[in-house]
Amino acid sequence: MRYHSPSTFEDAARIAAAAQGVTRFLAGGTDVLVQLRSGHVLPDDLIDLKKIPGTYDIAQTEDGGWRIGIAVPGAALGAHAGLCKDWPGVVEGMELVGSTQVQGRATLAGNLCNGSPAADSVPGLVAAGATVEITGPEGTRSLPVAEVPVGPGKTALTAGEVISAIVLPPRGDKAGDAYLRFIPRTEMDIAVVGAAVSLRLDGDTIAEARVALGAVAPTVLLVAEAAEAIVGTTLDDSAMDALAAAASAACNPIDDKRGTAAFRIEVAGVMAKRAARIAYDRAKGASA
Amino acid sequence: MSKIHVTTTVNGDEVEFLADPRETLLDCLRDKLGMTGSKEGCGTGDCGACSVTLDGTLVCSCLVLGVEADGKQVGTIEGVAEGGVLHPLQKKFIEHAALQCGFCTPGILVAAKALLEQNPNPTETEVRYWLAGNLCRCTGYDKIVRAVMDAAADLRGEAA
Amino acid sequence: MPKDELKELHLVGTRPDRPDGLDKVTGRARYGADISAPGMLWAAVVRSPHAHARILKIDSTKAEALDGVKAVVTRADFPTGLTGEDWNLQENTMAGEVALYDGHAVAAVAATSALIAQEAARLIEVDYEVLPHVTDVDDAIKPDAPAIRPGAADASVPEGMPPNVVRYIEFGHGDVAAGFDDADLVMEKSYKTEATHQGYIEPHACLGQLGEDGRGEMWVCTQGHWFIRRMCTAVLGIEAAQLRVTPSEIGGGFGGKTTIFMEPLSLALSRKAGGRPVKLVMSRSEVLRATGPTASASMDVKIGMKKDGSITAGRAEFRMQGGAFPDAPVDMALYCAFAGYKMPAVEHIGYDVLANRPKCAAYRAPGSPMGAFAVESLVDEMSRDLGLDPIDVRLKNAVVEGDRASYGPKFGSIGLVECLEAAKAHPNLQAPLGPNQGRGVACGYWFNHGGETSVSMAISEDGTAQVSIGTPDIGGLRASIALMTAETLGIPYEDVRVNVVETGALGVNEPTHGSRATFASGLGAVEAARQAIGEMCKRAANEWGIDAEAVEWVDGAAQPAGPNAGKFPPMTIAEIAGKMGSTGGPISGHHESVPEGVGASFGTHVVDVEVDPETGRTTILRYLVVQDAGRAIHPSYVEGQYQGGAAQGIGWALNEEYVYGEDGRLQNPIFLDYRVPVASDLPMIDTVIVEVPNPGHPYGVRGVGETGITPPLPAIANAIHAATGARMRHLPMTPAKVLAALKA
Repeated sequence: MRYHSPSTFEDAARIAAAAQGVTRFLAGGTDVLVQLRSGHVLPDDLIDLKKIPGTYDIAQTEDGGWRIGIAVPGAALGAHAGLCKDWPGVVEGMELVGSTQVQGRATLAGNLCNGSPAADSVPGLVAAGATVEITGPEGTRSLPVAEVPVGPGKTALTAGEVISAIVLPPRGDKAGDAYLRFIPRTEMDIAVVGAAVSLRLDGDTIAEARVALGAVAPTVLLVAEAAEAIVGTTLDDSAMDALAAAASAACNPIDDKRGTAAFRIEVAGVMAKRAARIAYDRAKGASA
Repeated sequence: MSKIHVTTTVNGDEVEFLADPRETLLDCLRDKLGMTGSKEGCGTGDCGACSVTLDGTLVCSCLVLGVEADGKQVGTIEGVAEGGVLHPLQKKFIEHAALQCGFCTPGILVAAKALLEQNPNPTETEVRYWLAGNLCRCTGYDKIVRAVMDAAADLRGEAA
Repeated sequence: MPKDELKELHLVGTRPDRPDGLDKVTGRARYGADISAPGMLWAAVVRSPHAHARILKIDSTKAEALDGVKAVVTRADFPTGLTGEDWNLQENTMAGEVALYDGHAVAAVAATSALIAQEAARLIEVDYEVLPHVTDVDDAIKPDAPAIRPGAADASVPEGMPPNVVRYIEFGHGDVAAGFDDADLVMEKSYKTEATHQGYIEPHACLGQLGEDGRGEMWVCTQGHWFIRRMCTAVLGIEAAQLRVTPSEIGGGFGGKTTIFMEPLSLALSRKAGGRPVKLVMSRSEVLRATGPTASASMDVKIGMKKDGSITAGRAEFRMQGGAFPDAPVDMALYCAFAGYKMPAVEHIGYDVLANRPKCAAYRAPGSPMGAFAVESLVDEMSRDLGLDPIDVRLKNAVVEGDRASYGPKFGSIGLVECLEAAKAHPNLQAPLGPNQGRGVACGYWFNHGGETSVSMAISEDGTAQVSIGTPDIGGLRASIALMTAETLGIPYEDVRVNVVETGALGVNEPTHGSRATFASGLGAVEAARQAIGEMCKRAANEWGIDAEAVEWVDGAAQPAGPNAGKFPPMTIAEIAGKMGSTGGPISGHHESVPEGVGASFGTHVVDVEVDPETGRTTILRYLVVQDAGRAIHPSYVEGQYQGGAAQGIGWALNEEYVYGEDGRLQNPIFLDYRVPVASDLPMIDTVIVEVPNPGHPYGVRGVGETGITPPLPAIANAIHAATGARMRHLPMTPAKVLAALKA
C-alpha cells in the first residue's frame, strides 16, 4: 500500500485519478482503518487529506452559512459555539457517531462517503439542505448532500473526485433542527432508524420544513410528505400523527441483524415526531 | 512494501520508528516501541482499550495509522503517572477496586483523564457517556464510575 | 468454623489495595499479547467461510513462496488416532475432513511479521464442497436436519433419536403426575435463549515454542495453564511434562479461557519453523467466530402450584446446542433449574444437540441462566396469577439445609432464605414506580467446585511469606489469598507476596473456574500456612527446650501455650525465619487436595425497568444483587463479582446474541453489533453480601463468581411484564421483540 499526503485537493484528485488499483481517501480514518484491518478493503493507494491546509477549519461563509473542512472531527463540531447555535441537529447527528474516541477523528465527509444508509450525520445534513464541494480532475463542482449517496456503500463521486468541503446554508431566524436515532443501547450502535427535522416558524406556525430519514431505505430519504404534514401547523397532535404516518409510509427498509423492517417502519414515525418536537422548541428559542 | 520513517513524541519523549503504512499507531506503540500498556480488544474502535491522546485529543490508536503520528504528540497510559507519582485516577482505581482483570483499565484511565481535563466536575451521567466507548466486561462499571467521580473530587481539592 | 471465631479476624473482610493494582493501572502488567521473544514469528489462521463444508484441497504454494513465510500447518501436521474429548479438541483446533462452522480453522501460517502472515493466509487456497448446514437448536433437533457428525452420539441416546442428538439426560424424583393433579394451578410454557459470548476484552493470545525434541514453552492468557498443557500436549502427541506453560495476566475469561482454541497451532508452527517462537493473537472477529460462546436453548417448563404458592411438581425439558461438538451444558441447566425450590416431585429431560456453530465453552454458571430464565419466569407468572408476592412464593418453597435438592443430593449449609429476606428488607423494594415502569425478582444458583489444588508457601529470611498458587488472578485473587495467608500467619497483609506460578513450579491445578479459586487456592494457602506454623512452633520449642505441643502461635509469634510450658518471651516469625538456616533449613508449607467442602451460592436479584411504549426499549432504572458469599474475604472484589455478573446477565437479557444468517455465517462478529452493555446503559448496581459461612472452608468461603449472571435474565423479563403486561419468553428482549409484544 502506498501512502500519499498531498498538500492540495487538486493533487489529491490527480493521484486518485492516476491510481490503478483500489484507492481510498483518508480523513478521520474510522471507517477506512476498520476495513483495512479486517482485510475487507486493502487499498493500493491511500491518500491522506489531512495535510491539506484548511481541512480542519470551520468558517462562516459570506452569506452567513458555514463551510466545514473535511478533516474536522465530531468533537470539534461540538465545541464550535456558532455552528452549534445555528445547526444543533447537524452537530448532534455527527456527535452520535461512535465513542468519545471516535469523535476525536470521525468526520462529516467520511461519514457521508462511507455510503452507509444508517450514517448518523447524513439525515441532519440533508434536512439542512447542505451541499458538498467536490474537487476532481475536471475541477470543482457542488452537489446537494442528498444526492451523494446512491446506494449502500456507493456515492455519486466519480473516479478521482474527492469532497473538499461541506457547506451549510445560512440558518436565518426562527428556525431549528434536530436529529434523533433509535439504537438498542444508549451509545456505540449503528442507527436502526434515524430522523432529522429542520423547520422555520412564522409565529407559532411552521412555515417551512424538511424531514430526512436514515436507515430505512438503501439511501437517506428526504420525505416531502412528512414535511407537508407539519407545514402550516403548530405541531399539534394531529399534525404529529400525520408526520409519523408519512414518515412510516416512506420507509423501504430491510430486515437485518440490527432490526426488523416492521420495527423500522413503526419507529421511523416515532423518531420523526420526537425530532420535530425538539426542532420546533429550538425554533421557538429553546437552547440546544 | 516500503516503510516510512516516523518521528513523533510519546509522553514527552521524542521517538522514531519505521512504519509500514498499513500499521496502526497501536501496532507501532506496542511492537516497535515496546509500549504494551495500550491494548487491542477489538481493532474496530468499539472497545477503547487502545485509547491514547493525539495532540491532546482522545482517540483509539487502532484507528490511527502509525504514519499519521509523524510530528504529533502522543500520550499513553505509560505517561499517566508522572515521575513515579500516580495520578489521582490511578490511586482511586486501586482504592475503589475499579478493576478486576485490568485489561480495559489503561484505556479507561487515559479516557477518564481526558474527561477530567476538560470537565473537572462531571456528573455520573457525563462520566458514563464519556466512557461509553470503553468496554469493561468485569465490573458492570459501578466501581469505575465511582473511582472517576472520586478522583475528580480529589483533583478539585474536595474531600470525597 | 464457628461464627464467634470468625468475629476475631483482623484482615479477612477488610479492603486493602490489591497487590497487582499498581502494575495494572500503569500499563506494566503483561497480558497474553504483551510479550515477545528473540527470533519470534507471527502467525495467522485461515478459517472456513462456510458453516459446513468438505475440505477438498488446501494449496499453500503461493503462501509458502512469499518472502518471510517460515511455516504452514494443516491438520496433516497433527497426529492421528485421538479419541473422545482429545479428538474433539484437535478437531476444533483445526478442521480435518470437514469444516464444521463459520470460522473453523483449516490452516495456519507463521511469518516474520504479522502483515506477512496475514497476507500469506489470504494466499492459501482452500477448495470446499459446501454441505447443508443447520444453526438453530430447534431446527438441529429435527429428524430430517443435516446430520453433522454421524456416530457422535454417546450411549445415553436411545435408538431412533434425531441424528444430531448426541447426549440424552433424564432424572428426577417423586410422582410428577400426582403432583400436577394436586395443584390448584398448572402452567406449561416454552422459552428460548440465544447463544452469547463471554465477551472478555482481551482476545486469546499466546507465544509458543516447540523444538524438534518435543520440549516446549508457552506463554498464554488462560484461566488454567495445566489445562492448556494437558490439552495442547494431547492434541500434539507430546508428553505433558515437556511443555512448560506460563500464564500471562488475563484480560477476562468468564469460563471461555478454560480450554484451548488456537494454542496448539503456535506450537505446531514453531516445531515446523525449526523451533522459533511463534506469537498468535486472535482478532475480535476470530474470538467471536471461533472461540467458545455459550449454548442456545429451547426449553419447556411445567409447574404445579397450590393456591398458597407451594409447588407440588415440576417438569423441565431442555434442548441445547453447543456447536458442532458434544457438551452443551444442558445437564447443568437442569441441575440448577429448580435448585431453589423444595420439589416434592420433579422430572428433568435434556437433549444435547449438534449444530454448525463453534464448540461452546463454559460461560459463568454454564447452563444455569437458561434454566433460571424458564423456571423463574414461570414461577413469577404463576405467582401473579394467584395474586401472591413473588418473593413470598419463593420463601414458601425455598430450600434450606438438609433439604433434598431438585437434582438429588441433600443441601448442606445454604443461604437462600437469608438472601430473600435481605432482598425483601432492602430500600429498593420501597422505591416508587412511575408509568411504564415495573419491578422484577428472580433467584439464581451455582455450585462451588473444588478441583485439583496445589499450593505452596515459603517463609523468607525476614519473616515475610511468599505463596505460590496455580490459579490465575482474574479479579483480585492475589489480594484474597494474601489476606487469608496473612490472617493465618498473624502477619501484615503487605508481608505476603502471592505469585501465580507456571506449570513447572507446582502440582496440577485446575483453572480459575467453577467459582473455585478463592475457595480452593485459599484453602490451600491456609493449610500451607498452618503447616509452616507447625514447623515454626517446633523451631521455637527446640530453642526453648520444650515440647512442640507446648507452643502456640499467636499474632505472628510462637509463645509457650500456658504457664506450665515455661516462661519465654514470644519468638516472632522474623526471629524464627532469621535463623532458619541454622535451625533446620527453609521453612515452608504446601497443600495438595481436591477440596470437598464446597459451598454453593444462592442469590436474589431485584430490578426496576422502564419500557418505552413507542419503541420497546428497556432501561434499567435500579438494580439490586443479594448473594450469599459464605464469608467475603475482600468485600470489594465480592461486590465486583456480583456487579459484573449482573451486567453480563443484563446484556444477555436485553441485547446480546449470536445472529446467524441463512448462509450459516455469523452476522455480528464485532463489538459494534455484538452488543455488550456500555457504561451509559447501566445504573449503579447495588449489592448486599449475605454471609452464611461455608463450614467446608477455614474462613467460610463460598464461590461467588458465577451465580450473579443467572437471575438477571428472568428478573428483567419479570420486570418488563410488570411494566407492560407483555410476557417475554425469548431472549434477548430486544426493542423489536418487546414492541412487537406490546402491539400484539
